[in-house]
Amino acid sequence: MRPILMKGHERPLTFLRYNRDGDLLFSCAKDHTPTLWYADNGERLGTYRGHNGAVWCCDVSRDSSRLITGSADQTAKLWDVQSGQELFTFKFGSPTRSVDFSVGDHLAVITTDPFMERTSAIHVKRIAEDPQDQVADSVLVLQSPEGRKRINRAVWGPLNQTIVSGGEDAVIRIWDSETGKLLKESDGEVGHKKPITSLAKAADDSHFITGSLDKTAKLWDMRTLTLIKTYSTVVPVNAVTMSPLLNHVVLGGGQDASAVTTTDHRAGKFEAKFYDKILQEEIGGVKGHFGPINALAFNPDGRSFSSGGEDGYVRLHHLDPDYFNIKI
Amino acid sequence: MVAAVDIDGRAAQLGINWSEINLDSIQLPPGDDFGIASDDEAVYHDDQSEFDTGFGNIIVVDHLPDVLREKYEKLEGVVKKIYNQLGVIRENGLWMPVGPDTKTLGYCFIEFNTAQEAQNAKEKTHGYKLDKSHIFDVNKFDDFDRLMNVKEEWEPPQARPYSPAENYQKWLTDEKARDQLVIRHGADTEVYWNDPRQKKPEPVHKRPYWTESYVQWSPLGTYLVTLHKQGAAVWGGADTFTRLMRYQHSMVKLVDFSPGEKYLVTYHSQEPSNPRDASKVEIKVFDVRTGRMMRDFKGSADEFSIGGPGGVAGASWPVFRWAGGNDDKYFAKLSKNTISVYETETFSLIDKKSIKVDNVVDICWSPTDSILSLFVPEQGGGNQPAKVALIQIPSKVELRQKNLFSVSDCKMYWQSSGEYLAVKVDRYTKTKKSIYSGFELFRIKERDIPIEVLELDNKNDKIIAFAWEPKGHRFAVIHGDQPRPDVSFYTMKTAQNTGRVSKLATLKAKQANALFWSPTGKYIILAGLKGFNGQLEFFNVDELETMATAEHFMATEIEWDPTGRYVATAVTSVHEMENGFTIWSFNGNLLYRTLKDHFFQLAWRPRPPSFLTAEKEEEIAKDLKKYSKKYEAEDQDVSLLLSEQDREKRKALKEEWEKWVMQWKSLHEEEKLARQNLRDGEVSDVEEDEYEAKEVEFEDVIDVTEEIVQESM
Repeated sequence: MRPILMKGHERPLTFLRYNRDGDLLFSCAKDHTPTLWYADNGERLGTYRGHNGAVWCCDVSRDSSRLITGSADQTAKLWDVQSGQELFTFKFGSPTRSVDFSVGDHLAVITTDPFMERTSAIHVKRIAEDPQDQVADSVLVLQSPEGRKRINRAVWGPLNQTIVSGGEDAVIRIWDSETGKLLKESDGEVGHKKPITSLAKAADDSHFITGSLDKTAKLWDMRTLTLIKTYSTVVPVNAVTMSPLLNHVVLGGGQDASAVTTTDHRAGKFEAKFYDKILQEEIGGVKGHFGPINALAFNPDGRSFSSGGEDGYVRLHHLDPDYFNIKI
Repeated sequence: MVAAVDIDGRAAQLGINWSEINLDSIQLPPGDDFGIASDDEAVYHDDQSEFDTGFGNIIVVDHLPDVLREKYEKLEGVVKKIYNQLGVIRENGLWMPVGPDTKTLGYCFIEFNTAQEAQNAKEKTHGYKLDKSHIFDVNKFDDFDRLMNVKEEWEPPQARPYSPAENYQKWLTDEKARDQLVIRHGADTEVYWNDPRQKKPEPVHKRPYWTESYVQWSPLGTYLVTLHKQGAAVWGGADTFTRLMRYQHSMVKLVDFSPGEKYLVTYHSQEPSNPRDASKVEIKVFDVRTGRMMRDFKGSADEFSIGGPGGVAGASWPVFRWAGGNDDKYFAKLSKNTISVYETETFSLIDKKSIKVDNVVDICWSPTDSILSLFVPEQGGGNQPAKVALIQIPSKVELRQKNLFSVSDCKMYWQSSGEYLAVKVDRYTKTKKSIYSGFELFRIKERDIPIEVLELDNKNDKIIAFAWEPKGHRFAVIHGDQPRPDVSFYTMKTAQNTGRVSKLATLKAKQANALFWSPTGKYIILAGLKGFNGQLEFFNVDELETMATAEHFMATEIEWDPTGRYVATAVTSVHEMENGFTIWSFNGNLLYRTLKDHFFQLAWRPRPPSFLTAEKEEEIAKDLKKYSKKYEAEDQDVSLLLSEQDREKRKALKEEWEKWVMQWKSLHEEEKLARQNLRDGEVSDVEEDEYEAKEVEFEDVIDVTEEIVQESM
């Protein structure tokens, strides 16, 4: 089917997130306003105004009532999804890069960039039921051993017992979310060789996939941090996602925007590439963006996915019936 | 290498205290290295050969007049005057020893600023006549040691016992008749078998930092030459690549083999210190097998080029062009108004004389005979016409020549068996505003060498590319305007008409700008490189039909394997993305691709010419069906084996994955309660049950047809 082009952002996309029901799609971009769309027809529902910098990441609560966003304006904000009202602002001394709600939505993990003399950090905040009771204090602050390197993504592990982080130092770390102790680090031999740009976990928190500028994506067991699969491609990987329905993973990326000098749009390979999750073989690709792909998200029903590009477009793809019969 | 930490660790284990050990007190038994070979072997040897005393900038001038004290200053003045012209003499750099009778001893030492100046001064003034009785005898100071060490009595060289050499052509005996190719990417140089049956290359040899710039096969494929700071080296041998010989030429930049790979020419150019001067060029010719230097040529770049762009950057390569055929008898150099032809018996000029041709700008050897074609452009504003001539070597007889009028440029193309020479002639129109092109076709093997003029149907078409069919009588031309030029095929003889060129076909509006004939002829690739993003059209010229069209996006290189069975296309590191190479069959089937970051070079290993006679080859071609049966059966076996392996592999992967999934499922189930608690008792834990992907394998034979695929090769 023809993709639906959603043009609402004026700057490159940074992140895409579906709610649990798969009817809403949240998009973040380098312009300052996260936007909400109908995930079915791509109609724009509204925007969340208040940030004063690029918005890097967002997450939505299980009941689709709360939205949390992290921005380069050194804040993370809580929003009421329905009204678009700003509920609370967490202030940090440096840009916030990633946000993630825990199981049960009572906690959120927020990562901040190294900035001036501040080193990169992972903050755990308690999210109050009633926004009136919300406090700014962190429950826990984790410092990466590589403080000058950015942490690009941190998410909760199974049962909120761990936090999994990955960033510029190419190392994946698993932390104890109670004590803040570093439990595991990915092996330098088998791990990524260049900065990790993205991290997406399976619906049941059993495994996750990381994308890296080393032109690979890797699939890991979330409890043991065992490397299970590696997917190789020809371009740096900026975004990854997994189909919740079929054993497919999707890799997005492309030549760095500043390195694109050729005239032909094909040169950059701005394709969302589908791989067989088990056989690690490329199945196909979805072209269309004329800039690198920065964000990818699969609808929880597995029947559509969306991609956000450096070109400022969100492309919403409803997958053809043929797709569900792919055999390799 | 062992890390210092490991050493310390080991020492601690053994209870050794480092501080108590005096390393110098340990004496190894002489001649025993404890099995640890020095990995510094290459460096060690090179150090010996380039032993430098630091006196390289000093010369000794002998046979000066013996003068008395009072005339000392005068003589000193004379000597200084001579040598100051040739280089900068260091302060107090001139020393004339004086004997006990206050008379000079008839020689002096001169210290220059650089060794090059000293060398130059030595060459220029050796044999200089100061007057009748005083002829300079100039030596480098360094040479004295060497000359002193020469033994008084001649010793016969010891005969070395014969040791059988490896079979340098063993790669040709590969059971599967595969070809090799070398690639360079990143720091690595790798040699592979091209194995299209397995759909992947099979590694033969890999070496990081094998060469410092590039590698090159010798024309018959026996050697692989690598370039280093100290010189060039050739590698080869039966099984692995071992170093067979080294050729010392410091800072070598370019190399070239003679066609029969008897000789190796190496080139080095030195940027001048003064930008107005021309670069210094040094060229050496080595005997490949013995490693002996046969001749060296030194001079400024001007002497090795015909002016123009050669002046600053160095000469245009190859400076020496080898005559065709495999006997490596002659090589020629073009310089201003002169063609110097050398022969390899003595490595000197034929008849001790160069051939004088005013204003000659290009020469070209026949690929099979010692015939030289040359081009002289128009002179005197068109009063003297341009000229293309054929000269027989070594007789220097002009076999044929043709004068051409209002010519702007000529390009000469020899057909690979030396039967034809095509000269593309660019002419001015009457108004001199535009240029149109035509061809002069020489039939070398016929009596009196008839020349035929060929103009394109539309003579204003620009000619983009031209290529002879190897060993054939046809040629292809890309002509017309970009972006969609036409491609035409011509033949020098048809069944009815053997003496005239005729057109076979014109293909309209092709996205092509380069032509790549199969080395066996018949097939050609019309390629659109650069601006056309790597469009490929595989064309059968016998049938005049397109076999396949394909694209290797951004391809920069196309090379046929020496047998004409496969084609490699490559994207080299001029592009940042998708570096690597792709192997195609001759008819355009993609066989496999290999991606390598920072991909620099790909080269097929050439094969020596076949020993089969033309009749025998024809016979084989006729009975091809008989032979191909056997190979088809082999192909079948391999492909069955492969698909079997593939199935096994997939099955294993699937099983392994199932194991993970089972484990995750059970853990997920175990944690169900805990999750519910975290969600304040919400039980709808359905995200994994809602949908279930079921895989059902289903195979059915719909139809079986047999098709006769067009006979290959």
